[in-house]
Amino acid sequence: MPIITMREAISQALWEEMERDERVFILGEEVGVWGGTYAVTRGFYDHFGPERVRDTPIAEGTIVGAANGAAMAGLRPIAEMMTINFAFLAMDQIVNQAAKIHSMFGGQMTIPVVIRAVGGGGRQLGATHSHTPDVIFAHFPGLKVVSPGTPYDAKGLLKAAIRGDDPVLFIENATLYQAKGEVPIEDYIVPIGVSNIQRAGKDVTIVTYSKMLQVSLQAAELLAKEGIEAEVVDLRSLRPLDMQPVIRSFKKTNRAVIAEEGWRSYGIGAEVAVRVYEAALDYVDAPIRRVAQKEVPLPYNRHLEQLALPQVQDVVEAVKGVL
Amino acid sequence: MERDEMLRLYHQMALIRRLEEAAASLYQEGKIGGFLHLYIGQEAVGCGVVSARRPEDRVITAYRDHGIAIAAGMEARTVLAELLGKATGCSKGKGGSMHMADVSLNFWGGHAIVGAHLPLAAGLALADKYNKTTAATICLFGDGATNIGYFHEAMNLSVVWELPVLWVCENNQYGMGTSIERASAVPEIRQKAHGYGMPNARVDGMDIVQVRKATEAALKHVRTNGPFLLEAVTYRYRGHSMGDPERYRSHEEVTKWEKNDPIGIFHKYLIKNKHATEAELEQSANQAASEIQEAVRFAEESPDPAPEVLFSDVYVKEVG
Repeated sequence: MPIITMREAISQALWEEMERDERVFILGEEVGVWGGTYAVTRGFYDHFGPERVRDTPIAEGTIVGAANGAAMAGLRPIAEMMTINFAFLAMDQIVNQAAKIHSMFGGQMTIPVVIRAVGGGGRQLGATHSHTPDVIFAHFPGLKVVSPGTPYDAKGLLKAAIRGDDPVLFIENATLYQAKGEVPIEDYIVPIGVSNIQRAGKDVTIVTYSKMLQVSLQAAELLAKEGIEAEVVDLRSLRPLDMQPVIRSFKKTNRAVIAEEGWRSYGIGAEVAVRVYEAALDYVDAPIRRVAQKEVPLPYNRHLEQLALPQVQDVVEAVKGVL
Repeated sequence: MERDEMLRLYHQMALIRRLEEAAASLYQEGKIGGFLHLYIGQEAVGCGVVSARRPEDRVITAYRDHGIAIAAGMEARTVLAELLGKATGCSKGKGGSMHMADVSLNFWGGHAIVGAHLPLAAGLALADKYNKTTAATICLFGDGATNIGYFHEAMNLSVVWELPVLWVCENNQYGMGTSIERASAVPEIRQKAHGYGMPNARVDGMDIVQVRKATEAALKHVRTNGPFLLEAVTYRYRGHSMGDPERYRSHEEVTKWEKNDPIGIFHKYLIKNKHATEAELEQSANQAASEIQEAVRFAEESPDPAPEVLFSDVYVKEVG
């Protein structure tokens, strides 16, 4: 099986879906002539042309809004937010239009739109450009929120998002673009809303996704050297949230750590922990611990920024805290 | 306009007037919940604009949408059933007053966030351009919406991408209770099109004959040359919504505009030009009233949505 980067996996998914379905097109800032600010759509403009790879003005609300309208009319747009921080300017179109229109009109209209957004901190971009606000979007029924942690999942989940009839926010972590993994040549999808055991273990359950999946896998390797076998569950999708693999794992290990890159308050850790307590209180051997970003606007200085972001060692220590 | 078409539009305007009066009563009886924004006074705009379209042309509007729904071909009973939150409503009771739509009529709603449907309209028009059809999208909105960023982004995009969209501003001169003089940098909405190099026109929105003529010309432009902004100057006789104390305007001002009533103007026009007799118009108006009576009965007798549908239509279906 070929080993490719996350960037290549996402690019392949887009390319293959555009080849497969004429209704699929891309719109966003610098997606065309520039080739994508993260080079995900490099070569697309020349191959598919300006009608299907549409450079837009800098107007996020209207990028997503036009994508929503085109989706209502039967196309399958992929709207790119250059970074998820700019998606705040499109908040109304994402959570109040895309997420509501199917239900609000009694099922008459569908919004088969995919909104790709790049998020995450750790690149010294300062507070406004470094958000990991995934959980905010996951609050809204009607929207699906997906964030892959491996190239395999990125390609399969993106294809599922494009082929599905619901609006999907597809969140990519910029620091993962160079992450490598095996991706088959043949066509496949990864269904949205299915959590996945990424590493088997018996001593503790680490629940995570996206960038923190890679961080957690590294922590698990360090722990293994000390004889601690962590089971790592990748949520992959925040809405719908598939808790079954988490609960199954927890009933086996009786201990859990939840690792996310965003802030702790009102976060995924809180949601997952409560769901574990609700479903498996009798299996709890230690209070669940959360690993998350320090509660500050992310600073520019490299050392301060890394101090604020959750690290491998934070996961290791949290695991030891529940053992 | 053919005579039959003029009589059809006269009836449609009367039907909307009676519908909105009935809705006001039902609201006061507590049978309609939420917000209720009436179209009374603006009938010539919706009926004049929408009647100029071809069936393939899409219509999308803001939250003052009952009249546009009727103009797009929705039955009064379906509008009223939605107002009462019934399962037989156009949105199965999940949308309410501000969220009426019928895709089979090419009527795409009914959108309640001011300005938010302008990008949606751009997207609808983009789809038609993408599919190389000759359809146009007609997007109606109020003067208040022209002060929000969405308006300017959508104007700009429609020009840059040469989208087949007709922007229709129903300038009723108030955004809720704030007059256009207090909210807009320019007194005429059409002036805002100049900044985008977009052709535009301003028409008397109380005169359906003028509105229809202006829309036909505008649509002709849209089909061959891209976006156009049509401003229709109109007036709403009732408050912004049912809970409006109307401290922002005088009784005299409302009375002045009521003398300029769009149905009255059209009535005089039809009689003066011998397109209809008084008896014919009276019969049409009476018929509208009895249609609404029947529609109210239908809506009141319709069932509420079953509790089981609470979770339906949140998502379409899972993939894989």
